[in-house]
Amino acid sequence: MSAFNLILIALRALQRNKLRAFLTMLGIIIGVAAVIAMVAIGEGSKESIQSQLSSMGSNMITVLPASNVAGGVRIGGSSYQSLTLPDVLAIQRGAEHVSAVSPVSSTKGQAIFGALNWPTTLQGVAPSYFDIRKLTINDGIAFSDADVATAAKVCVLGQTVISNLFPSGESPVGKVIRLNSIPLQVIGTLAPKGQSSFGQDQDDIILTPYTTVQKRILATIYFQSIYASAVSETTSALATDEIIDILRGTHRLRPADENDFQVRTMEELIKTLSSTSSLLTILLTAIAGISLVIGGIGIMNIMYVSVTERTREIGLRMSIGARELDILLQFLVEAIIISVTGGLIGVVLGITSAKVITLTLGWPTVVSQSSIVLSFVVCAFTGVFFGYYPAQAASRLDPIEALRYE
Amino acid sequence: MSGSKILELQQIRREFVMGTEIVRALKSVSFDVFSGEFITIMGSSGSGKTTLLNILGCLDKPTGGDYLLDGVNVSRLSRNELARLRNHKIGFVFQAYNLLPRTSALENVELPLFYNPELTTRERRERAMGALASVKLADREDHTPSQLSGGQQQRVAIARALVNQPVMILADEATGNLDTRTSYEIMALMQELNQQEGKTIVFVTHEPDIAAFSSRTVMLRDGKVVKDSKNENVRSAKEALAALPPAEDY
Repeated sequence: MSAFNLILIALRALQRNKLRAFLTMLGIIIGVAAVIAMVAIGEGSKESIQSQLSSMGSNMITVLPASNVAGGVRIGGSSYQSLTLPDVLAIQRGAEHVSAVSPVSSTKGQAIFGALNWPTTLQGVAPSYFDIRKLTINDGIAFSDADVATAAKVCVLGQTVISNLFPSGESPVGKVIRLNSIPLQVIGTLAPKGQSSFGQDQDDIILTPYTTVQKRILATIYFQSIYASAVSETTSALATDEIIDILRGTHRLRPADENDFQVRTMEELIKTLSSTSSLLTILLTAIAGISLVIGGIGIMNIMYVSVTERTREIGLRMSIGARELDILLQFLVEAIIISVTGGLIGVVLGITSAKVITLTLGWPTVVSQSSIVLSFVVCAFTGVFFGYYPAQAASRLDPIEALRYE
Repeated sequence: MSGSKILELQQIRREFVMGTEIVRALKSVSFDVFSGEFITIMGSSGSGKTTLLNILGCLDKPTGGDYLLDGVNVSRLSRNELARLRNHKIGFVFQAYNLLPRTSALENVELPLFYNPELTTRERRERAMGALASVKLADREDHTPSQLSGGQQQRVAIARALVNQPVMILADEATGNLDTRTSYEIMALMQELNQQEGKTIVFVTHEPDIAAFSSRTVMLRDGKVVKDSKNENVRSAKEALAALPPAEDY
């Protein structure tokens, strides 16, 4: 019998019992829809967790000067001077997996405003630093590339500095503070960031163009570090390799030479991320499995009932020339049509309900293609698996008894 | 008696094991059926006629003896080969019609052709329409069994039996569920198929009334042929129908 005939026979048989076919399908529909909607919710929350972790700087890469050997004596890393502006520019130009890069040149000092003073850190950075560290401006503006070019005496204050220099709550924007002896005009304030995971107060900071620190305070061409951000967490390793290549080039290191810098990523954060997402995946796969098995048992149950109910039909088909295989395939194809159609409807329903959830509850959802493909394949397989035994039972009926079955 | 041997039964035995007892349903049954015959197999219940019917219809195989259908020895065939044989050579008509519910007459008639892979969709449709026309139900092709009377349902079943152009129509108490008038109508149709189209018909029944319409009667009792006689004056079902008192209108 041709495949076309088979499908036609199965379709006609299902057509005779539309309601029952639909109810059987319902188990699969709900199963598949639930899987897709749940995975969408899971993926949605995964993505929002991911973006939260990113705001902690999970894609951040830090370049520090490394220890080096000078005449047999190893020199401590942090004091070694190797990072310069050409390095930063080379990374900016050459690294594909790096989205932003900023040098950092910092110094400690006493910030003074009126009668109040506060010891803090002055960080000279590029405007891209705000992106890299996910810093937001609360009030006023950030400095620009033009400020960097002119080594402008402007700064952006962190909340801890503000609360110590401006305790009365007035806006510091527009005021001029002094750091040591250098006057700096406050042009903006940072949103509070709180303590870092290493116990550092991230708000106890003053940001200023790096040229201002280099030229007006430290009088140096070197940076303490370079901050960069990879395009995403996953490309972090690639970005690291690129930076190493570029810096080895700009530093003219021979192949045998040790790096005179070190590149660090937020590996721990990245690991947390991937373990969170794999846990979610396992959880949702388990749910998917359970709901589809239940749907499959539904199919099996109905198919068994159907075989009993249609015993005479089976007998008749055998008497007019259906072979065992024909009967087996007919019932199997019926089960597959039910599960595949149910699967398709379930996919549509799942996508729709994910959208509805986002619209009504405001939960982030991301419908992933893999969840659609997976649940669809699993439910087609369910049809074959759970349809086989009833189909086999049907094909093994004795035509004489089947014809006389009441 | 126009043609070749369609069926050859040679000392057919069929035994069933019921618990510890062996039931001999058929004890050495032999007869031949020729092409174009209209033969009734008669017998009371327990005479073995159902068992014989199952063997004739290739649904069952004899315990002993040989059964040749159109020259093929059925005793040696596998289940699948039997199915193919049923599809190509036999057209069944049952007492309970056995039409698929909620399925149009045309689709019911088409059913055997689905198991004949050589046909295209169009050929299938044309043949089914032709078969329906030959039982005078061409205008009812899209009616489901529940929309048809008993006689009409049986005619659809006969069309289904004809559609594969079998060498033999095998009817099992085909008028058992019908009133006298409709029974005669069915028998008239059978006679027409037999006489005008030369179809070989084997009709199993226990009603002597029905046997009178056939050209030959084989009588079974206790698993043996007790009588095998030609019917010299075949009763015409059409005339019998005309002789019935007019149907009451209800």
